[in-house]
Amino acid sequence: MTQTTVEYAEKVLLSGNEAIAMAAVDAGVKLASGYPGTPSTEILENLAKYRAVYCEWAPNEKVALEVCIGASFAGARALSTMKHVGLNVAADPLFTAAYTGVRGGLVVICADDPGMHSSQNEQDNRHYGPAAKVLILEPSDSDEAYHFTRMAFDLSEEFDIPVIVRTTTRVNHGKGVVHRAAPLDLSGRHCSLEVNPQKYVMIPAFARARHVVLEETLNKLRLHAAESELNRTDMKNDRSVGVITSGASYQYVMEVIPENWSVLKLGMIHPLSDDVLSRFCSSVERVIVVEELDPYIETAVKALGFKCDGKNLFGLQGELNPDLVAKGFGIPSSSTTIPAKALPPRPPVLCPGCPHRGTFTVLKKLKTFVSGDIGCYTLGVNKPLDGIHACVCMGASLGMAHGMGHVLSGAEKKKVVAVIGDSTFLHTGINSLINMVYNKSTGTVFILDNRTTAMTGQQENPGYGTTLMGEATNNVDMVALCRAVGVEHVYKGNPFDTVKLHELAKREIERDELSVVIVEKECVLAFREIIEEPLTIDALKCIGCKACLKVGCPALVWDGAGKKVTVDITLCTGCDVCVPECPVDAFIVPEKKNRGEV
Amino acid sequence: MSKITNILIAGVGGQGILLASEILSEIALRLGLDVKKSEVHGMAQRGGSVVSHVRIGEKVFSPLIAQGASDFLLSFEKMETLRWQGLIGPQTVSIINDTRIVPTNVNVGIDSYPEDLDAYFQQNMKKYFLVDASQLATEAGTIKATNVVLIGSLARLMHYDKQIWLDVIQEKVPPKTVAVNTKAFELGYNAVAQ
Repeated sequence: MTQTTVEYAEKVLLSGNEAIAMAAVDAGVKLASGYPGTPSTEILENLAKYRAVYCEWAPNEKVALEVCIGASFAGARALSTMKHVGLNVAADPLFTAAYTGVRGGLVVICADDPGMHSSQNEQDNRHYGPAAKVLILEPSDSDEAYHFTRMAFDLSEEFDIPVIVRTTTRVNHGKGVVHRAAPLDLSGRHCSLEVNPQKYVMIPAFARARHVVLEETLNKLRLHAAESELNRTDMKNDRSVGVITSGASYQYVMEVIPENWSVLKLGMIHPLSDDVLSRFCSSVERVIVVEELDPYIETAVKALGFKCDGKNLFGLQGELNPDLVAKGFGIPSSSTTIPAKALPPRPPVLCPGCPHRGTFTVLKKLKTFVSGDIGCYTLGVNKPLDGIHACVCMGASLGMAHGMGHVLSGAEKKKVVAVIGDSTFLHTGINSLINMVYNKSTGTVFILDNRTTAMTGQQENPGYGTTLMGEATNNVDMVALCRAVGVEHVYKGNPFDTVKLHELAKREIERDELSVVIVEKECVLAFREIIEEPLTIDALKCIGCKACLKVGCPALVWDGAGKKVTVDITLCTGCDVCVPECPVDAFIVPEKKNRGEV
Repeated sequence: MSKITNILIAGVGGQGILLASEILSEIALRLGLDVKKSEVHGMAQRGGSVVSHVRIGEKVFSPLIAQGASDFLLSFEKMETLRWQGLIGPQTVSIINDTRIVPTNVNVGIDSYPEDLDAYFQQNMKKYFLVDASQLATEAGTIKATNVVLIGSLARLMHYDKQIWLDVIQEKVPPKTVAVNTKAFELGYNAVAQ
């Protein structure tokens, strides 16, 4: 979607993320910075295509938000995007930005993932509203994602406060019809410096005064919430049941609700309006709160002294859907389904030709305990590789390995290695490497450098060589970086040459000093040019021992009838990781044309 | 509330499921209808199961299809036909790609691929079509057009004007592949009887 193909005030079909990007353009945003994370990633990717807004990927969410705060202080509207766990990284600047307030509208899109479609937890970021004392809006579909994002910038400036637009996976990735409104023309607004230390310098004396201002602002917002069109009440004559809901849950409620039930749909999640809640609760006989994850609204209703049902009917885990909402309401299902049949799962796997496969094959043979991190390589946890033994959050692998190393001894201490991707290493891994150097770790760190942020769809990062806007740029020299923080033993390995990598890894794991092995080969999805002619197997030689299948490559297919392994030539990329596994040299390897040596 | 048409599209990451749901949604928009579609991105493209819900009607609230309420199922892989069986009812009209994609866990001997799928379809589905879409796509010019073959079959069974399908497909596929995809659509269209 480019600006030239979109006519204003038109109906368009957009995902929530596309709608947010369009809203940012139409709201006159000047700068956007974020870190990729499903389900938020496509917002910046789409925004960059408009060319009207300067967009960048930051190495982590804290940096992204700080960049946006700077732009806001200079008077520009700024947008920061991240997933729910990313806001934990950015929490430090966020809490204080609430004190300083803004100059240009400052909006953070925070995408929660109920159901954990691609996340390590399902934290409910609505709690950041009361914790960080910022305004939170919650849209329920693409159309609202567009209009709420636009309103978020206006409210941010009107009330001098950062605004979080809290979305969930269904809203980010669902598509719906968006009614675009005329864009705002902010071309006359010039950025400038404003010297106002009492507002922008949060030393304790100034911050104490700002805290008073912030609480006043929140009170004003509570009054605003009581009148705002963001909170909508649909009262029916029959007052027996009233439902309070917000976000994606609203859509499921509307799908299944009996016609005589009243609904309060909240668009402003923090601050909640006591007035709006009280008015609604006191005008119906029974209140039911429908919300995903935590009892956020339910707790507020109960704190006002009203009885209500909520989590007792819908539970604390996962995504809702029309069936779960109907069931919670006690509405019997009229549908019939075909009888269930047991199926094997189909978990996501490392792609054919993925460079991580070689590293895990080697680490498994060396019987290591792998402290892992967040990225494609986390898929190495699956059988048959069984390659990850701990994984908590972005950047944690090095810190955890260091901690384990300190409390273990002997052979167990030697077994621990850390693996981390290039993007994650630059995100928050580098800090932990500095710590390992400073605090005399003797561990081994494997940086799996595939030149991109592969997991979220191959976004650029500081090691990539181009910016989000498509310009050529510097790229981080990983070897020099590791040396610069004080690592003496830094080596490069090729994950497609598992024989040599095995020797290198064994030597460095044995070493009683800290070492970093940079295993470098491009992501096969991002850099198609590394694909070689597919391998084939000499059926006469193959003894059906299945040794090659242990690398877990989808391109190797077991032919049960013939008791042989065959190669799916539409999938094989000729990476050769399977070749040394064959005890009888049955693979036929074509000459390599595309692959330079590391 | 007027009738909503629910289409469930299922398969394996990388098969072109998102494009199929994209085309359907665009058609709905052109017909002046409300539409919501929902799918999950991220890890799904790495060979995992993928599903897309598309709901078309005068006014659509939920982006997700309720239990048993699918009117159509477009399945890109035989076993994946049944992954979301809770959403399929006996009335669901199914188009099934007659292709097996064996998961890696089956390949290495941890799980096994169900062998009796045809009998199961026959017993439990009132109306279904097995389409050898990969073969038809190869005939059209490239196996990559498998998804468009399946869309062609769906077009035959849904009562929207055929020309709208062709227009949208021709806009959504890369310009160089318009001829191949048009042929793939026609082969799919003719592969199912009304």
